[in-house]
Amino acid sequence: MSRIQTVFSALKANNKKALIPYITAGDPHPKHTVNLMHTLASSGADMIELGIPFSDPMADGPVIQRASERALVHKVGLRKVLDMVQEFRQKDTKTPIILMGYANPIEAMGMEKFTQAAKAAGVDGVLTVDYPPEECKDFIAALQVSGMDSIFLLSPTSDAARVDLIVNQASGFLYYVSLKGVTGAANLDIEEVKARVAAIRTKTDLPIGVGFGVKDAATARKVAAIADAVVVGSRVVVAIEQSSEDNLLSNISQLMAELRTAIDA
Amino acid sequence: MQLYDMPDARGHFGQFGGIFVAETLVEALEELRVMYEKYRHDPEFLAEFAYDLKHFVGRPSPVYFAERWTKRVGGAQIYLKREDLNHTGAHKVNNTIGQALLAKRMGKPRVIAETGAGQHGVATATIAARLGLECVVYMGAEDVKRQAPNVFRMKLLGATVIPVESGSKTLKDALNEAMRDWVTNISNTFYIIGTVAGPHPYPMMVRDFQSVIGIEAKQQMLEMVGRQPDAVVACVGGGSNAMGIFYPYIDVPNVRLIGVEAAGHGLETGMHAAPLTANSPVGVLHGNRTYLMQDSDGNIIETHSISAGLDYPGVGPEHAWLKDIKRAEYVAITDDEAMAAFHNLCRTEGIIPALESSHALAHAEKMARTMRKDEIILVNLSGRGDKDINTVAKLSNITL
Ligand SMILES: Cc1ncc(COP(=O)(O)O)c(C=O)c1O
Repeated sequence: MSRIQTVFSALKANNKKALIPYITAGDPHPKHTVNLMHTLASSGADMIELGIPFSDPMADGPVIQRASERALVHKVGLRKVLDMVQEFRQKDTKTPIILMGYANPIEAMGMEKFTQAAKAAGVDGVLTVDYPPEECKDFIAALQVSGMDSIFLLSPTSDAARVDLIVNQASGFLYYVSLKGVTGAANLDIEEVKARVAAIRTKTDLPIGVGFGVKDAATARKVAAIADAVVVGSRVVVAIEQSSEDNLLSNISQLMAELRTAIDA
Repeated sequence: MQLYDMPDARGHFGQFGGIFVAETLVEALEELRVMYEKYRHDPEFLAEFAYDLKHFVGRPSPVYFAERWTKRVGGAQIYLKREDLNHTGAHKVNNTIGQALLAKRMGKPRVIAETGAGQHGVATATIAARLGLECVVYMGAEDVKRQAPNVFRMKLLGATVIPVESGSKTLKDALNEAMRDWVTNISNTFYIIGTVAGPHPYPMMVRDFQSVIGIEAKQQMLEMVGRQPDAVVACVGGGSNAMGIFYPYIDVPNVRLIGVEAAGHGLETGMHAAPLTANSPVGVLHGNRTYLMQDSDGNIIETHSISAGLDYPGVGPEHAWLKDIKRAEYVAITDDEAMAAFHNLCRTEGIIPALESSHALAHAEKMARTMRKDEIILVNLSGRGDKDINTVAKLSNITL
């Protein structure tokens, strides 16, 4: 069983939902990333989504764009991101790591080289934002061969035929984008999310995560009542942005504790 | 018969093109693809498009024999396809009219656009005003500074211009921002992309709308000289004016197609915008796969060109394909060479060309010198240079 599956089964057995925070690798500075990951894991995260910095993050709002820019100042590319995962794995062999990023850095490294290096570093799943399933059959196959999951987005505009197509390519879990917009936008409609998640459930046994618009503990709680996992990105990145070196880790663990409490309530 | 039949159903030109977008945009692109397929051969739609091109844009644009310039250069005869004479001053308007008419049929009351030099923004604002559509234009903050007259023109036409402060603050970042707007406002918004880039169906659709340039030119050359040119030359930013004039010539044998990229300070300096000529690696950006200027981590690198309209790190996927199959050739012209050609055309022909188009002119000069006097070069003069007078004045330390 993969790490992602193990975590979801254990949560299910305890009637709990997964909390998946997102951070961009190298933000606010590469020296903090591994510590941040350990802090996330020890303060309530069940899995970690680790963003690969990219110069042109087309699907991200201003908060995560700025995180990419901060990381790129320190030239944090995909190789360095994988080094960080490897370092994290020396102390934590349980928390699943999902890389989230754009196709070009992966293609620049080369698909085969990437899948080998990611597996060796201890990556569990990959979400490539601008790879719809039609355009990445080889990549899905390569990930599968090396035992990593292909995480795909589903959106409020995905029709039934697309949901069918995507659930058949996906593994690990499905990531439902809770709004029409970029990461960090404000307009999550919980009733719509509920209906959409229910519709997706009729087509798959994979766990369903919801993200893109989870801005506070109250929303996290509502989403947890509907979905198997709550993904919190911009809110975490804002906390990183607003922290100083001294209170970075404590601020993040406090935010995680709040979210955890809300989700478990 | 058209032998060349590209792209495939999902917008692939060989390994290039395609649809590389987040899931949140997939349905919007599918809706657009279906609507474009419905209307691209619809006689009523095409008649309306043709009417606007004739009565609003002033087409057909003439082909002009640049006789004095030809004599001065001393070689092949140089003809100019005068897209500079279009309403709004460049080829961009051909495409914005096509897409705006489609937006209207799709019932979208709001159009958005990205712009570099501001020509596409002006052309979009123009047709939006005429059709009564709300218009928002994204423009890199750097370009807002260097293309101030066009920013003012857009505002006069009732558009909202939003300076984009992210990334390199140029065309590519404006495109990112427009995509973000689109994904947020999908239900009421049509995104009018200004070049043959972006995800399918944009590269094909923009090419089709711009191919009026080549269709006219073929007929005009026959009428004027009784034959087709030996070479067709056009500048390449994203590549829309070049695709527009190349496309109808792809199946015509013995017509060389030459795309001219911006060599900026020189290819060897790295400060350029010439992904094809500099053999940049293949990558994925803005929804398609193409040749891309990037670093070893796959991040897009900053480009340089004196002309904002050529300052783009990628190139339309069909050009990548035409390069690979060797149907078109690609070269690059430096800032200085383009400036020299700019002045030459001003002084010998009484035409102030756009700095973008000056790259094509500069290469035509070079080629003409190596060719016989009975040979013919057709240059796509993609736009007029009024928008560039501040840039040119600044180079001579003149304040206007
Ligand atoms: C006059 C003119 N020519 C050429 C271009 C480059 O675009 P494309 O390569 O799509 O024709 C521009 C872009 O702004 C332009 O304004």
